[in-house]
Amino acid sequence: VAARLDEARRVAIFGGTHGNEMSGVMLVNLWVQNNTEVQRKGVEVQPFITNPKAVEKCTRYVDTDLNRAFTPENLSTLGGGDLPYEVRRAQEINRMFGPKGSPEAYDVIFDLHNTTSNMGCTLLLESSKDHFNLQMMNYIQKSIFPASCLVLLNEHPLLKYSTSRSVAKHPVGLEVGPQPQGVLRSNIFESMRDILKHALDFIELFNAGMEFPPCTVEVFRLSERIDYPRDDNGNIIAMVHPNLQDCDWEPLNPGDPMFQTFDGKTIHYQGSGTVYPTFINEAAYYEKQQAFATTRRESLVASAIRKA
Amino acid sequence: MEHTSFPPLSRVAICGGTHGNELSGVYIVKEMQKQKVEKIGSVSVISVLSNPPAIDVCRRYTETDLNRCFSDAKLSSTLTDSAAYEMRRAHELNAQLGPKGGEKAVDLIIDLHNTTSNMGVCLILSYLDWLTLHICKYIQTKMTSAPVTVMQLNDSNADGYSLDMLGKHGFAIEVGPQPHGVLRADIFNMMKRTLDFTTDWLQEFNDGHIFEGGEVETYSFLRSVDYPRDASGQITAAIHPQLQDKDFTLLQPGDPMFLSFSGETVKYEGEPVYPMFVNECAYYEKKIAFHLAEKITLKVPSISVKN
Repeated sequence: VAARLDEARRVAIFGGTHGNEMSGVMLVNLWVQNNTEVQRKGVEVQPFITNPKAVEKCTRYVDTDLNRAFTPENLSTLGGGDLPYEVRRAQEINRMFGPKGSPEAYDVIFDLHNTTSNMGCTLLLESSKDHFNLQMMNYIQKSIFPASCLVLLNEHPLLKYSTSRSVAKHPVGLEVGPQPQGVLRSNIFESMRDILKHALDFIELFNAGMEFPPCTVEVFRLSERIDYPRDDNGNIIAMVHPNLQDCDWEPLNPGDPMFQTFDGKTIHYQGSGTVYPTFINEAAYYEKQQAFATTRRESLVASAIRKA
Repeated sequence: MEHTSFPPLSRVAICGGTHGNELSGVYIVKEMQKQKVEKIGSVSVISVLSNPPAIDVCRRYTETDLNRCFSDAKLSSTLTDSAAYEMRRAHELNAQLGPKGGEKAVDLIIDLHNTTSNMGVCLILSYLDWLTLHICKYIQTKMTSAPVTVMQLNDSNADGYSLDMLGKHGFAIEVGPQPHGVLRADIFNMMKRTLDFTTDWLQEFNDGHIFEGGEVETYSFLRSVDYPRDASGQITAAIHPQLQDKDFTLLQPGDPMFLSFSGETVKYEGEPVYPMFVNECAYYEKKIAFHLAEKITLKVPSISVKN
């Protein structure tokens, strides 16, 4: 029996949550000028630049990371002009597309990101119980085959964070790499554009009454953050090992090379079992003390869904 | 060609972080400073973090591009209170490593850079100099693991604006592709090896070795090409996938150059040329999608140290 879910009538596409992640900035700018490409029957689609000041400076953020700013504290705090720019911006976005957690919130928000890591196309999932999102991701994967698109699930109680897309009932992150910050690569741009096309097609089909049968979706569940080895002053003393660099999603086994010191010595992975590393050598994560994250593979079953 | 001799190279500066987010050079210099490297063989070495505030915030520069501040005009200008940090720093570096064109200047400056472009190991000379060309020739024969290209910018001494202009001789080691703000082990290792070969050459030179003359193939800067833009200055196309990553590969008339967001291909028209710095992040604001160069083979004389 299919789960009956509400129509996804209000959809937003966020670009520039990090101002130097260029695919999303350029796509959203394009669609703000002319939204024909993202129009679908029965859906209101709003392309939106979330962090215009950061986009203007071509920097990740101005005061603080917008994609960590949507905490309950930040969203409710007073302080007006004294607050960091991104906190004020988060409150504004919450008013426009939320309020987060309420019935008035947007149904779906796609948040467009790039990474310097060799992650290919990755869909970011915040809840293993979001059957609508699981079905959408399954649809996208089938549609782009033989090209691939993996699903990263971050439901970790300590490692999950309050994203701009979390304002919506169904938050969907799109992460495409590798692309340097501030650079626009044509293939990366077109890949992201293609994924969004299929995502919007799914929503149109769902709203028109199509039933999606149960399906299995393989996900990579975020497990642990691994930092660079550092000295007593907090300075990095080793780099991601050449054998691990660019090997996102490939198995990392205990004993495999992990870091290389500046004088050429190898530091090996000491975990208890095989993990699947991701976000390997992401530029923005040096300051967040993360060289890479480990994940574990899991199969989730999405129930059949249909519009209520 | 007549054999040429040069005085010994006894003082060498190795500079990193001229752009604060080009991390190979930052970490190479930080390591040298940590290990207190002051001499390599017979050569005394000054290791310099060129732009510390930019390094601290991991950005190319804080107010203005430091690596454009070393022209004669900029170095001789009087600094006002409102002068950009990098202008003041350039004057400081000129006092420390120069003065540019003066007797007390260091013998050689090696400036370490990274690029987001797929340029491999590229040695950049602001102007033609037999000595630095010989260093390039030597590195090319020794580096077997990766191709090494030599680029010449054709600047006059006066107009030469980059940090390496401060020394009696100078060149930049540019290694890519690497995103700014990222430290890749493979790129770091390549830069380290290039630097090690350079110091090997300095040893041999100072020891009296005669370096045979020959030919060096260089890519000589011709002009730059900007992105297609709309009336408001916004980029309307990306580097075409067939040009992306094809630095130093011949570009012929009719070859794709840009792919617009609406799906049109913009083709190259003109004489066959070599693109370089294709899709370098820092050049978007300088209105450069890529540079174009012609290949020129230079003859160099044999050289040795003057005793």
